[in-house]
Amino acid sequence: MITRDDIAHLARLSRLALSDEELDHLAPQLDQIISAVAQVQEVAAEGIPPTSHATGLTNVFRDDEPRPCLTPAEALSGAPAVELQRFKVPRILVEEG
Amino acid sequence: MTVTYEEALTRYEPVFGLETHVELGTRTKMFCGCITTFGGDPNSQVCPVCLGLPGSLPVVNRTAIEYAIKIGLALNCSIASWCRFARKNYFYPDMPKNFQISQYDEPLCSDGYLDVAVGGEIVRIGIERVHLEEDTGKSLHVGGATGRIQGAEYSLVDYNRAGIPLVEIVTKPVPGTDSMAPDVARAYVTELRDVLRSLGVSDVRMEEGSMRCDVNTSLSVRGSGVWGTRTETKNVNSLRSVERSVRSEISRQAGVLDAGGRVIQETRHFHEDIGETTSGRSKEEAQDYRYFPEPDLVPVAPSADWVESVRASLPELPSARRSRLLDAWSLSELDFESMRNAGALDVIEATVSAGASSADARKWWMGELARRANEAGVELAYLAITPAEVARVSALVSAGTLNDRLAREVLDGVLAGEGTPDEVVEKRGLAVVSDDSALLSAIDEAIAANPDVAEKVRSGKVQASGVIVGAVMKATRGKADAARVRELVIERLS
Amino acid sequence: MGRELTRKTATELAAAIAAGEVSAVEVTQAHLDQIAATDGKVKAFLHVATNEALAQARAVDEKRARGESLGALAGVPVAVKDLFATAGLPTTCGSKILQGWVPPYESTVTARLRAADAVLLGKTNMDEFAMGSSTENSGYGPSHNPWDLAKVPGGSSGGSAAAVAAFEAPLSLGTDTGGSIRQPAAVCGIVGTKPTYGGSSRYGVVAFASSLDTPGPFGRNVLDTALLHQVMSGHDPMDATSIDAPVPPVVEAARHGDVSGMTIGVVTELAGDGYQPGVMSRFAEAVEVLQGLGAKVVEVSCPHFKYALPAYYLIAPSEVSSNLARFDGMRYGLRTGTGSAEEVMAITRAAGFGAEAKRRIMLGTYALSSGYYDAYYGKAQQVRTLIIRDFEAAFAQVDVLVSPATPTTAFDIGERADDPMAMYLADLCTIPSNLAGNAALSVPAGLAPESGLPVGLQVMAPPLADDRLYRVAAAVEAEFDSRRGHPLLDEAKGLGA
Repeated sequence: MITRDDIAHLARLSRLALSDEELDHLAPQLDQIISAVAQVQEVAAEGIPPTSHATGLTNVFRDDEPRPCLTPAEALSGAPAVELQRFKVPRILVEEG
Repeated sequence: MTVTYEEALTRYEPVFGLETHVELGTRTKMFCGCITTFGGDPNSQVCPVCLGLPGSLPVVNRTAIEYAIKIGLALNCSIASWCRFARKNYFYPDMPKNFQISQYDEPLCSDGYLDVAVGGEIVRIGIERVHLEEDTGKSLHVGGATGRIQGAEYSLVDYNRAGIPLVEIVTKPVPGTDSMAPDVARAYVTELRDVLRSLGVSDVRMEEGSMRCDVNTSLSVRGSGVWGTRTETKNVNSLRSVERSVRSEISRQAGVLDAGGRVIQETRHFHEDIGETTSGRSKEEAQDYRYFPEPDLVPVAPSADWVESVRASLPELPSARRSRLLDAWSLSELDFESMRNAGALDVIEATVSAGASSADARKWWMGELARRANEAGVELAYLAITPAEVARVSALVSAGTLNDRLAREVLDGVLAGEGTPDEVVEKRGLAVVSDDSALLSAIDEAIAANPDVAEKVRSGKVQASGVIVGAVMKATRGKADAARVRELVIERLS
Repeated sequence: MGRELTRKTATELAAAIAAGEVSAVEVTQAHLDQIAATDGKVKAFLHVATNEALAQARAVDEKRARGESLGALAGVPVAVKDLFATAGLPTTCGSKILQGWVPPYESTVTARLRAADAVLLGKTNMDEFAMGSSTENSGYGPSHNPWDLAKVPGGSSGGSAAAVAAFEAPLSLGTDTGGSIRQPAAVCGIVGTKPTYGGSSRYGVVAFASSLDTPGPFGRNVLDTALLHQVMSGHDPMDATSIDAPVPPVVEAARHGDVSGMTIGVVTELAGDGYQPGVMSRFAEAVEVLQGLGAKVVEVSCPHFKYALPAYYLIAPSEVSSNLARFDGMRYGLRTGTGSAEEVMAITRAAGFGAEAKRRIMLGTYALSSGYYDAYYGKAQQVRTLIIRDFEAAFAQVDVLVSPATPTTAFDIGERADDPMAMYLADLCTIPSNLAGNAALSVPAGLAPESGLPVGLQVMAPPLADDRLYRVAAAVEAEFDSRRGHPLLDEAKGLGA
């Protein structure tokens, strides 16, 4: 059973500033979905390896050779704000990590 | 409550660990073909992949894998026969995808060690893992007082560095080093740097950020067998800072514990100017990175053949070189360490290869040339004289053509760009005067100028000849062989 | 004349243009006219690239005039799902968060189409970031099914399916992650294929669920679809998950639909509660047709298929929660709100994403959280292994598997829009193939009597056996076409035929 507080926490982790109305609306839906997908736990799967890649491919590499890149104008073309040929972003509060 | 380092060690045993990030010197980035050259115009070395544009996909740089395997083998690690990349998910403007492609529970290399020599003893540092990941972009924080995040109004992000291959090397915790902990930590980073340089996988310049260390420190109450909470110290940008940050954390944590407090698990920031750490912003909750296998990349399964061919291509590692030279040159560990710390090993070895004895090569490089390098503020290897030239000077001294004093003048001349040692000897007329007749005329002059001394020598006080010899040396501007002059003076006055 | 051109198949158009019987510009103009006449009601397109398309068409005509050899799709108009990055053309992925974004680079698949001299008509509507089965999750309003404008065209590639069904383009591109090509194809009465995963490049396809996403073709008939499949597919060094093997001989197989001697398996588990009676009866008929044409039909059980839906709705949201993290207003797309970077990111994402996207992001964040990973995401990946094994066991007995493509015909717009669980059921039949990475397609199998709406027959084949799909589909199509005597789409009343 997932609570509205749990959903609010998930929203914060996912950087989604949901309104109270949205939280009220989404919480029961998510609860229902989570209960339904929890069905996977019914499956007996001891010793079954998980599949993360269906193709079975391994060792796909590229050579250490330079390839053409974007011009700064192309790189910055969609940017909401630019200064000194860099992406201008609002002040960052928390040190990385 | 401040506790001195020495006091802290009476009550506590330190345990430390190091996480080192190394920028690999590949030509292109980890997952795309953008070049990795330092210092380009902002956002001029980016593509859809390293910019994380919607729809872009990573493809692994084979050379980066090879370099990482090389590093793992040099650190005596096991190389995984099959491993995957994983996504480390968190939001931060310098990470274009808001996740970093890294490795989680399947590192490429694991369970190795590095032996480091400290104060004449060998300490074995366990290596937990070596794995690959991508570097982030770089931010300029604008508007604050110090250019740091605190107080900034906004930030400007350059993604040239985003995607450059990083190798992360994590040690196992290192207990049992006691008061030597700071020195061992420093010695480990030094040795690691030398290993990486000898492998040619990175230019490992701490000042430029191609090698970054985070230092973990904790204290255990002496005899308790219980390890304490550890802190992580970032912004450790030099070998000296590695040592100082361990030292200062030991003292600080001891102070906290002595006062009855708890050490908080946190990230701290080291300040070069005050030699101490301060608390970084503490996080409300431990970060959950929600790691899962990177679906855009297939597993990496290096074949045994590939690993063996990399192993065969390993150069002589610093520890092997140390054993070899200690033996060949009959050195003590301490002598070797001081040579290594002075950055003199390569030049001395090269000088020996060029024909000098190891003793002579060491004498010149660790003495006269080290002094000059210090004065000029450059590293030994950057002095304007080659090992071959030093070997030549040494040979000239052995042959009697030069004495030590003249040799120093020849070095001056070579460093000043006047030419090879022989050319300098020629131009400046620095050869030892070996022609007796030339010496005799100077001797006679000196005898004539010092009649009282000459009389003493004639009457048997041989020691007094030193004055005459000195006068002759001065007259010949040091170009005489002092021993020969003395012989001749005594002969003359007997 | 224009209308006649829009009724021709892609194969016919390509041949006519190559032979000089009609110009590429005429063909493109005819389709642009059809869009102008129809799209006000169908709303298949988010962006019609009128000038670019006509310029491409002119270039084809000039090439032909110079006697140069033409690409396989020369002059053939293709509509492109707005999930593909097209340089210089807006790409929204059906989301407000990318409103106005124009990519500075091109996807491999659309580049291959251009290299084949195709004409890219424009970008089609879709459920936001490919999440949905109806286009109702589009940030720009839903598309409408040409068979009945009050019904959904399916999703997430609903716009691409509707465009082809409405004769606005003979071919279109979509992507299939849980059924997003096959289900719209089924409910719109056209052909749609999910190639083998890794058979077509994902470079430039904005990622939804990276281990499941597969770009694929739509067409009004099997041969046309095979032609597009052929041109768009193949290894790409820019996509590390793409398969380095020749494209299976799909065109050849489409020309020779012959199922005699084939063994066909009917999947037991893909039937029962929730399956519309008309869908089941049309499916049964299709199976009889196959038997009549010489195939041996057997029942096959794939016992873990009943866990496919929950496994999918753990794996896909987990991957998408990570894939959508980059949309934060810092580098491109929407930026709104004031405050710190963290605040602007959260406000932007809340404003730019729709409800389904938000649900799946949070679901994925939950499933990957420490403490929950093993029970949810980890378990789902184990279920994935079991489903792969079910398929392997099945394909050891049969050449292909069949089922309905989706349990119902097109539902009403609005009917399931705010009922996620009901919406997810549309993917029941299609999801297993995505989890296994198999090849699968949907081919029309008539109309359900109770609704008069199209039913799709799903054919599934082992990885890299895509040609078998076309062989079976061509046989079924030929038989149904001959019984009907006219193309199925002639019966589509939605646009007042």
